[in-house]
Formats: sequence, C-alpha cells, structure tokens
Amino acid sequence: MSDELKDIVLNYVTKEYLEDDSEPLTYDTPLISGGIVDSFSMVSLKRFLENKCAISIPDDEATPEAFDSVHKIVSLVQRFVAKKG
Amino acid sequence: MSNIGSYDERVKNFSWTIAEKELGYKPGDVINIGWYCTDRICEQGKGSKVALHWEGFTGAEKTYTYNDIRLASNTIGAFLRGLGLKDGERVCLFMDKIPELYLGFLGILKIGAIAQPLFSAFGDESLFVRLSNAEASAVITQKKHAPKVRKILEKLPHIRHIIIVDHDGVAPLKDREVAFSLERSAPVEHFDIHPTKAESASVLHYTSGTTGMPKGVQHVHYSLISQYLTAKWALDIREDDIYWCTADPGWVTGTSYGIIAPFAIGVTQCVLDAGFSAEAWYKWIEKRRVTMWYSAPTAIRSLMKAGDEIVKKYDLFSLRHLASVGEPLNSEAVVWSQKVFGMPFYDTYWQTETGSIVIGNYPGMEVRPGSMGKPFPGITGTVLDPVKSEPYATHGKIGLVALKFDWPSRMRTYWNNEEAFQKKFRNGWYITGDRSKIDKDGYFWFAGRDDDIINTAGHLVSPFEVESALLEHPAVAESAVVSKPDPINLEVVKAFVALKPGFIAGKDLDLEIMNFIRKKLSPLAMPQEIEFVPSLPKTRSGKIMRRILHAKEWGEEIGDTSTLEND
Repeated sequence: MSDELKDIVLNYVTKEYLEDDSEPLTYDTPLISGGIVDSFSMVSLKRFLENKCAISIPDDEATPEAFDSVHKIVSLVQRFVAKKG
Repeated sequence: MSNIGSYDERVKNFSWTIAEKELGYKPGDVINIGWYCTDRICEQGKGSKVALHWEGFTGAEKTYTYNDIRLASNTIGAFLRGLGLKDGERVCLFMDKIPELYLGFLGILKIGAIAQPLFSAFGDESLFVRLSNAEASAVITQKKHAPKVRKILEKLPHIRHIIIVDHDGVAPLKDREVAFSLERSAPVEHFDIHPTKAESASVLHYTSGTTGMPKGVQHVHYSLISQYLTAKWALDIREDDIYWCTADPGWVTGTSYGIIAPFAIGVTQCVLDAGFSAEAWYKWIEKRRVTMWYSAPTAIRSLMKAGDEIVKKYDLFSLRHLASVGEPLNSEAVVWSQKVFGMPFYDTYWQTETGSIVIGNYPGMEVRPGSMGKPFPGITGTVLDPVKSEPYATHGKIGLVALKFDWPSRMRTYWNNEEAFQKKFRNGWYITGDRSKIDKDGYFWFAGRDDDIINTAGHLVSPFEVESALLEHPAVAESAVVSKPDPINLEVVKAFVALKPGFIAGKDLDLEIMNFIRKKLSPLAMPQEIEFVPSLPKTRSGKIMRRILHAKEWGEEIGDTSTLEND
C-alpha cells in the first residue's frame, strides 16, 4: 500500500502542481519549502488525500512540515488510515 | 532614538521636502528610481556595501554589493534596450523571488519603461487579463513559468519578447522567446539612464476590485519620496540594519518596501526564496542577524500556530524592530510577539493605490493592539459619514476611511480606466474602500471592507473574477463567491455553486472545481470551500444577493430580505 500510495501522490502532485518544463519530482523533493505547493494549494492536496483514502486529516495536523515531501505526506496519511482500522 | 523621534513634533513640522533634501532632489530634476537605488549609493562611496543577500530553496546563495546591483541593472537595461524596448513601454516581470526579479525591476526603470511585476503563481487567465490590459511589450520570466505565457501568447499581439533568464541553452526557444543570462553577460559599466521626471510612469501593479476585471494602478518615479521617508520613519530602517521584507515583489509591498525604499536608503537586505516554514524563517533571521523584519499578519499567525517552543531554538536577539502589513493585525498577534520576541509587531496600513504607508504605528508611539495606528505625518486621514460623505464631527463612529489625495506616492490613475479612478473620490476625499472608526486619541480601528472584496492573507481577491472563472467550468450553472472567516488567513474564498443538469455534487467534483480555479486564476482565488446549492438567493430582478450568503458565513444579521425573490 505504501509504495502504491507514494506513486499515487507523486503522480498527482506532478500533474496538478508542476509546470511542463520542471525538474521531475522525487519522493523527497521539498514540496512546500521548495515552493512547489504553496499554503493555499495545500488545501486542495489535503482534499485529494482525504477523498482518495477516505480519511479526514485535522487542520492542525495538515502543517507545511507534514506536507513537505511525498514521503512525509504518505507517513501522515498512513497514520489516519491505520486509525480508521 | 528612532528615526521619527516624536510623532507629534513631526506632524507639526512636516514637509515632504525633508525627504527631497535627504535624497538630494529638487523639483524639476531628473528622478529615476533605478538610479537612486544603485548609482547614487555608489556615488556616496558605498559601492562595496552589501545590498542583497539572497538564498533559494535549494540552499543556493548569492550576495550582491551596491556596485553589483548597479552593474546588473545596467546590464539588464542595456539588454532590454537592445531588444528595442523603450521608455513608457510595459515590461512584465513574472518570476519567483530570484535576484533577476529585483535587478530586472531596476533595469526596467533605468530605461524609463514601466515595470509590471506579476505574482508567479498566477494562472494563465489571471496572467492574460493583466498582460492584455497593460498591453505589455515584454515578459521577463523563468523556464518553469514560460508555459503559462505560451498558452496565452496568441491572444497577446503586443508582446514582442519573452525573455527567459534561466534558459538551459538546450531546449529550443519558442515563438518570440529570447534567452538572457545575467551571469554570462558582460557587465555594463556605463549606462545612459533614461531621464525620467517626477511624473514619469514607473510601476504598474494590478489590484482586484469588487466588480469588473483587475485594474492597473499606475505609479510614478516621484513615489520614491514617500516610500523612502515612510521606510525610515514608520519601519525605522537605518543604514546599519539588516532588513528582511517577506513580501513578494509581485505585490506592492514587495516593490515599495522590498526594492525601492530599502535600496534608496542604502541598507543591506536579505531575501529568502522558499515556501513558508516557521523553522526556516527563524533560521534565516538567526543566520542573517536580521534587525528589521517587515511581514504579514497571516505569516505571523502561522508562526503563532507553530508554537513558542520553536522560537526558543534560535537566537533572534538581533531583532530590533518588527512591522506588519496587508490586513488588520489582530491584538493577539501583537501581544504574542511582545511575549516571544520582546517587542510588538507595529501594524501599518496602506494599499496598492497609496503606494506607501499612510496610517501606522510608529516607534516611540504607544501601540494599541488591534489598532491601525495614526496617519503618517503629512497625511490627512479621516472617517467619512457614508451618507453625507463628510468627516464625522465626533470620534467613535464607524465610517469610510478617507485621505486627502496629496502625498507623493499616490497612484496617478488606473491604467486605461480613468472612469474607475474618478469613482475613488467622494467630496474631494480619496476613499480606500475600508471602514474604520477613530478613537478619542486619534487611533484608527479597522471595521471591515466597504465592499465585497475578499482579503485573504493580505491579498485582495475579487468575487466577480472568481465567479466569472467558475462559470467557465462545464458543470457550473451559476455561482456566488463570498469570504469565509479563517483563523490564519483572516478570510478565505468560499463559493456557492448551482450545477447544470446532469452533474452531480460530490467530493470529486468539489476538488475538480477547486483545482480548475487554482490553475486558471491563482491559489489565492481558489475556493477553500465549495457548497453545492440548488439555487442562489436573488432579488426579484435576478441579482444574486451575496450579502445574505456573507452574513450566514460570518454569523451576522441577514438584514432586509424584502427584495428577495420568493421560490
């Protein structure tokens, strides 16, 4: 699940937030601190994750630090998927 | 002792000639902002002083002295002139906060052209509206943003050149594109700076209004007089400061106080081109020993949310003075900064149209948490009775914030829209569009906008622009856009959407529409919440009653519904 989710998130961010000529993303590319996803766009990324994984991420957990790479996003999502049981 | 000294004494003895004399300017002289920001500082013997410390998100660092920025702006100016660009033409800057944005701004001004900075996160539609209205002749951009320009280029016949500052020399250049590398260009030592005068157009900043498309606020080179003095007195910038203005030069704060004022003063400033992170920001202040920090309430509230423990990890004792801009600074943020930094953020109030600070809290003056402060010396500010369009005779009543329109950096017009410009005045007063009251001691207290404009994270978003864009989505039949309260951003955009037959409301459509607006307009304009409704409240004449939706979001009284159409 983890590898599959990483690819899903990577592909989504690439498709939605990257311009055509940009450097390809990796699982560790800084997304927020790297200026690829700004704090406003984070809302739509959070919505995507919630829809995709049928979870709800509290606003105080959806921090720039938690969303700063594909790896970190997947760690966050997996916590809430696990809580769902 | 602060630069302003006693506010009351300054008010009594004020004249804008104070700034003119400090800058060595006399009425009728040539005045070119690019020269004042670079050459003049070098002629004072400060050419080897650091003007700019820049750091990008990968950790790349660049440092420029005043002589470096003099040469760089000359070089860019010469390149632009070589392309045939002339004084009065609009040259757009569409870049991240990279050095070429700052240096390109000065280069454009040196040839007497008009700089049109645009926020690099703008989508192609937002970009098109602004470039076509300005009839821009050229766009200076980066390869990552060039695709957005290419997408709309066919509809922009006025654009003759798209200048790509980081072209890799490998990918083929497309229609009207030309590569320029500051690093690989031979520096231009002697440059014939265009002899602009006080009323020569300098900068065009686009701002959103309630109705219609964004308007181009046109400024002139004489704006330097206000920007210079307000930076010295309101922001208390001193020559030995290390100054950090967090604003992007796509917005007026980033040009007035991120380029013009600090460089004209000759201060060392630092720029961090990275997304927001509390850790990264505090690390930056510690690393650069920032002494004067000018930021925005949304960022301050985000820092508050990150907690006090992070602050303790860093040595921030270099900080001497803090100020904020863009939206009202809530009293909690003022109290918090006093607690964690040992000093409050001093709120400043102004807008794109004013070009510089007009009301503020000043060093030495009592800061009343939550207050906008008092008019800057030389500014006559009041609150008008909305019905009579006259100043209230007594204090404490909420009305329209109004200013006597006579300071150097006031806008001169809206580009190609003199009619809209004239509508900004009532009874001889310039109306800012905000409401406020004045207390018995002369402090202004913000009381909301007088129109439907949404102020999100300090940036104005037009509901009309978002509604128009929503109608371009195939699923949307009609929409109404209002502001929704937000603890960090003050307000965010919320859209009420009625769908066309055959479309089903749901999470997937919700996300699709959000992304549609984000890419078409900007992340700021993206509705943070969409509520699907069967229909929108309208008057009998068919006008959408946004105020009813707004009142519900803000928990306010809905008011008179006698004109509401009955279902």
